[in-house]
Parts: sequence; C-alpha cells; structure tokens
Amino acid sequence: MSIWEYANPVKFIRTTDRLMPYLAVGAVICLVSGLVWGFFFTPDDYRQGSTVKIIYLHVPAALMAINAWIMMLVASLVWIVRRHHVSALAARAAAPVGAVMTVIALATGAIWGQPMWGTWWVWDPRLTSFLILFLFYLGYIALWEAIEDDDTAADLTSILCLVGSVFAILSRYAVLFWNQGLHQGASLSLDKEEHVADVYSNPLYVSIAGFVLLFIALVFLRTQTEIRARRARALIARERLT
Amino acid sequence: MMPELGKYADAVLSSYAVSIALIVVLVALSIRRSRKLKVELAAIEERVKHG
Repeated sequence: MSIWEYANPVKFIRTTDRLMPYLAVGAVICLVSGLVWGFFFTPDDYRQGSTVKIIYLHVPAALMAINAWIMMLVASLVWIVRRHHVSALAARAAAPVGAVMTVIALATGAIWGQPMWGTWWVWDPRLTSFLILFLFYLGYIALWEAIEDDDTAADLTSILCLVGSVFAILSRYAVLFWNQGLHQGASLSLDKEEHVADVYSNPLYVSIAGFVLLFIALVFLRTQTEIRARRARALIARERLT
Repeated sequence: MMPELGKYADAVLSSYAVSIALIVVLVALSIRRSRKLKVELAAIEERVKHG
C-alpha cells in the first residue's frame, strides 16, 4: 500500500470518513480538558497573575497558524511535483483554518500584551511576521476564489504558498534571528531555563493536542467538501458541453 | 468554582470568549458547507444520470 493511493478522491473520502469521528471526539476531549484544566486548576503566575491562563489558547493557536502553512507548503509541493488534485484541495481547505488560528493568536496576544507590556501592539519582529503571515493567508484564500480554472488556481496559489513559507518560518524563529522586541522566546523548550513550569506545561500539552486534532478533523472535512465542489463544477461544465 | 482572576479578569475572559467563538463559527461554517455540497452534488449527479 502506498500513500499515493489517497490521491484518489474516492479513497480519500472513504478513509477520512472513517477517521473523522475519532478525530472529532479526541479534539473535543482534549480541548475541553486542556482548557478546563488550565483555566480552573492552575495557579496564577507570580509576575503575570491570572493572564498566564491565556497561554492555553495563544500558544496552541500560534503553533497551528505556523504549522497549517507548513502543511499547505507540503501539499502545494506535492501538487507542483505530482499533480495530485487532492493535495491542492487539501492546501485550499487548510487555509481558512490556518487564518482563524492566526487571528486567535493575534487577538489573544494583543489582549495579553495590553496588561503585560502596556500596549496592544508593537512592531516587534515576531508580531510583525505573524501579521504578514495573516495577510498571506488572506491573499492565498482570495487567489483561490479569484481564479475560475482549478488547475491554474492551484498552480498560482502553490507559488504564493512557497513565498509565504518564509514568513511562516520567520514568525517561529524571529525572536532568535533578531534578538530584540517585547515577545519572549519559546514557551516550550528543551532548555529548562526557558521551559514554563510543569504546572502550566502539562495542561498546555493537552490543549495543543486538542488544537492539532481539531485542525486535522477540519482539514479532512473541508478537503472532502472541496473535492465535492470540484466534481460538481466538472459535472456542470460537462452538462453545458452536451 | 470560578477562579479568582483579579484585575486581569477582563483580559482572560475576553481571550477565552473571542477564541471559543471563532472556533465554534469555523466548525459550524465547515459543517454547513459540507452538508450543502453533499446535497448539491447528489442533485447534480442525479440530473446527469437521468439526462
């Protein structure tokens, strides 16, 4: 059995149909338990007070915002190299999910930043690269909508995705590239000095698992929808010809 | 049961409200579009099959 079998739309729909209920239930369990654990059963931080509870939304959303684009990059490369429609449609399906994750990261970051930094926004390298990543998401979604021919749209959006990957990577490593700005380094790190205390990181891992499962379930569902939309367009076009 | 959030209650609660609302809207729109497309495609396939 090869992974390329799933490039067959029928096989993809059949397989993801079987997986989606488990992913959805897992996402709900992890999200609810991670957020409830973090919100109700973790202590206030000695410096940040109760705002530390925002970490259970901000960090997983930011993580997904970056990784959604990386997933789109991989799917776009598969489209460019192997011309599998399902991969192009999976990239298209992931974009709105990634965009919403970016909005959550930006919004919770601003809300968290106001009491901690004294400002909603600052042109810090990480914040700025995240804002640019959000604009790339909007551009990517708009480009898919603007082009009628699916293959041309997939080609052009794949190129845009390659370019946008610079900002996806930059938003992750901006703090390291430019040692300036207000945003802190990684919250979860192998370096014990940087890593948040276990009392905060354990519910954070559960919340991250919830966001990851939610992302996969939504991408599967939305890819199925894009496959059906593409087939509907093809049938309508065939009808017009006959 | 509600934890004591102190002077940061507005920031914490609004973060949770905004995030949960966005996730719920995203999930609802994805499910609605999926259902709509299933019905539409079934109708088109039926029409094509019967000329």
